[in-house]
Amino acid sequence: MLKTPYDEMYLKGNAGRAHYLGYSRWLEGQVGDRLAQKRAEADALFHRVGITFAVYGQDEGAERLIPFDIVPRVLPHEEWIRLEAGLKQRVRALNAFISDIYHDQQILKAGVIPAEQVLCNSQYRPEMQGVDVPGGIYAHIAGIDIVRDDTGEFKVLEDNLRVPSGVSYMLENRKMMMRLFPELFSANRVAPVDHYPDVLLDNLRSVAPIGVADPTVVLLTAGAHNSAYFEHAFLAQQMGIELVEGQDLFVRDEAVFMRTTQGPQRVDVMYRRIDDDFMDPLVFRPDSMLGVPGLMTAYRAGHITIANAIGTGVADDKSIYPYVPEMIRFYLGQAPIIGNVHTWVLRNPVDREYVLAHLPELVVKEVHGAGGYGMLIGPASTLDEIENFRRQIIATPERYIAQPTLALSTCPTFVEAGLAPRHIDLRPFVLSGREVTIVPGGLTRVALREGSLVVNSSQGGGTKDTWVLES
Amino acid sequence: MLSRTADHMYWMSRYIERAESVARLVDAHYRMSLLPHTPQTLADSLGETMKALHMDEAYKQKHSSIEPRAVFEFITLDRDFTGSIYSCLRCARENARAVRGSLTSELWETLNSTWLDARSQIVRRSAAQIDIGQFVEWVKERSHLTRGVTIGTMMRDEAFHFTRIGTFLERADSTARILTAHQGDLVPGADAGVVPDPFQWSVLLRALSAFEVYRRVYRDVITPSRVAQLLILRDDMPRSLLRCCKEVYINLKAVANEQSAETERRAGEMHAMLHFARMEELNAGGLPQFLEQFLAKLDDLGHRIASDFLVPPAEA
Repeated sequence: MLKTPYDEMYLKGNAGRAHYLGYSRWLEGQVGDRLAQKRAEADALFHRVGITFAVYGQDEGAERLIPFDIVPRVLPHEEWIRLEAGLKQRVRALNAFISDIYHDQQILKAGVIPAEQVLCNSQYRPEMQGVDVPGGIYAHIAGIDIVRDDTGEFKVLEDNLRVPSGVSYMLENRKMMMRLFPELFSANRVAPVDHYPDVLLDNLRSVAPIGVADPTVVLLTAGAHNSAYFEHAFLAQQMGIELVEGQDLFVRDEAVFMRTTQGPQRVDVMYRRIDDDFMDPLVFRPDSMLGVPGLMTAYRAGHITIANAIGTGVADDKSIYPYVPEMIRFYLGQAPIIGNVHTWVLRNPVDREYVLAHLPELVVKEVHGAGGYGMLIGPASTLDEIENFRRQIIATPERYIAQPTLALSTCPTFVEAGLAPRHIDLRPFVLSGREVTIVPGGLTRVALREGSLVVNSSQGGGTKDTWVLES
Repeated sequence: MLSRTADHMYWMSRYIERAESVARLVDAHYRMSLLPHTPQTLADSLGETMKALHMDEAYKQKHSSIEPRAVFEFITLDRDFTGSIYSCLRCARENARAVRGSLTSELWETLNSTWLDARSQIVRRSAAQIDIGQFVEWVKERSHLTRGVTIGTMMRDEAFHFTRIGTFLERADSTARILTAHQGDLVPGADAGVVPDPFQWSVLLRALSAFEVYRRVYRDVITPSRVAQLLILRDDMPRSLLRCCKEVYINLKAVANEQSAETERRAGEMHAMLHFARMEELNAGGLPQFLEQFLAKLDDLGHRIASDFLVPPAEA
């Protein structure tokens, strides 16, 4: 039933694609178990450097590696140029949308998106209504998940506008590849990525509150027990900014300060890596120990910039996703460069009827689900699982969307039995501030289990280095 | 720098120093356990040492009598006992992990791999299979390495000074406690008449890397008052009380803030007292009393540093 997936490295008949020739020739020249040795070396290095994520509820100090695959994913220059333009366009429209929703709501008045779908969404934050943010930018850091279908066409699968993660793996994977295989980098013109922290810091400084000449930027983390803590510590270190927890901060006279050994110090820009719900116990979840009481007062007064802004979730919800191409036309007057994956919205009776009749061939996702949980992959499910989902859809159709089961493109990957094709996706990181910038490439995630389409690290996914070739 | 960051740095270096101190004591006793001597001497020395380090209560909960191998395993490998070397290495690494972004990557990787190695050495084997002598030797080396990486890679900023304060407060505490465990041998009366126990002396001196130093400095037989002089009042002896207090004072001055004047004064006072003291005076007042007061002052200093810098009161 599945279409034949697009192979990133090989054409039909096993000839290498032009942009992969440099790599595939090198690969053929590797003798014996050199690759296996290099892979073991990579594992040992990742452990030593502590590039691990915490596994909850296990033995003391249990930390796991996200598997790293040593075969890179390569993108030719021309493809990247087009992707880059499409990503910038999309994120510009998304930022315009969020700004509009929290101000005049023109897109709702124009009837492009049903108002109740936005205003009744749990991610819509009434506290943000009428609040101006510097440059009108809300999603300063966006992670846009891109897949390639069987025709070779790129599609956006998901927008991540809250606290997208994974960029540290993009950087560490490159560092590891350069350490393991330096010869590959002298033979191929691979666009560098290691300036990402500089670009990010510059981006954060560019959105400081008006009138602050030399802003103090901090990164807010939930702490060392958070599963993404490595990334928080890594980015703070690379940018040379303080890594703070809620307990390090306090609000006085509508301004945010951090407790230092030399007394309180004012904070101007906060790159936060915790969800809206936990940011200010006085406004959101009162039981949150991670946030800063009074933060929203300082924020609404314009005395601190929070990146990403509060309330961006209203634009990356799966129920809003189908409307993004319309947003691009509405705000930018342009045709979308990268399309969406076709999506059926199950609150809509016509869509629902179709989906219920075709469940075994579709993917059904919970609107608020994340991390590969709460979804049905029709072709890989038992009859019981399908019937179970059918009942749930009929009971609460507004909680679900459906998409065709995509034949995600594959890339050769080093597995137990040697090299074999595995499904991949791509998460580029789009930075918005004074301008919109993207470091070439992004994080390539790979589903390591044979046939699996789920690339999330919590579900047995790994990562690859991503190369964008320069012209 | 963030108060919390300073706090983690301070504890990170205290724990690694503590791991080394315990390793030194185990090492010294372990060597002696390989030599012919009366078993009671070794057991007594271990008993006194555990008492001075406040480890005796926890030990008694697990064991009814002092048996050298059991003591070694308990204070080195025990995963439940918070004072064991194993626990110290874990705490050092946990503190480091909480501020890994503020450490140089060399320092973080050193502490991280020390912990990972220790864990795999201890978790994979039963305690009886572990060569204690080799293990504590390794712990000492890792501590030396950590200190070297700290000095060799860290900027001389506040973070560095708090790391140093942690190191030297812990070391002063450790030296004072080891002296306490041996205070019976240090009374001046032992000079005349009573033959000092060579076993006790060598344990004490070896644990503080002072055995060879003693020979070089005095070129003479070991006497209690010279040992005390060396370990309390010598400025050039890296583990002496004077040297440790001097380092604490210097590093504290470098991080002074608006509220730390009194803390700085007390650290200066401790340093000055040792700097100008003579052994005769200390003996006249009683060495045990002196050590007891010293430990109390050290404790006070630790609390003051915490409230001035590390865990400041809720609102400034």
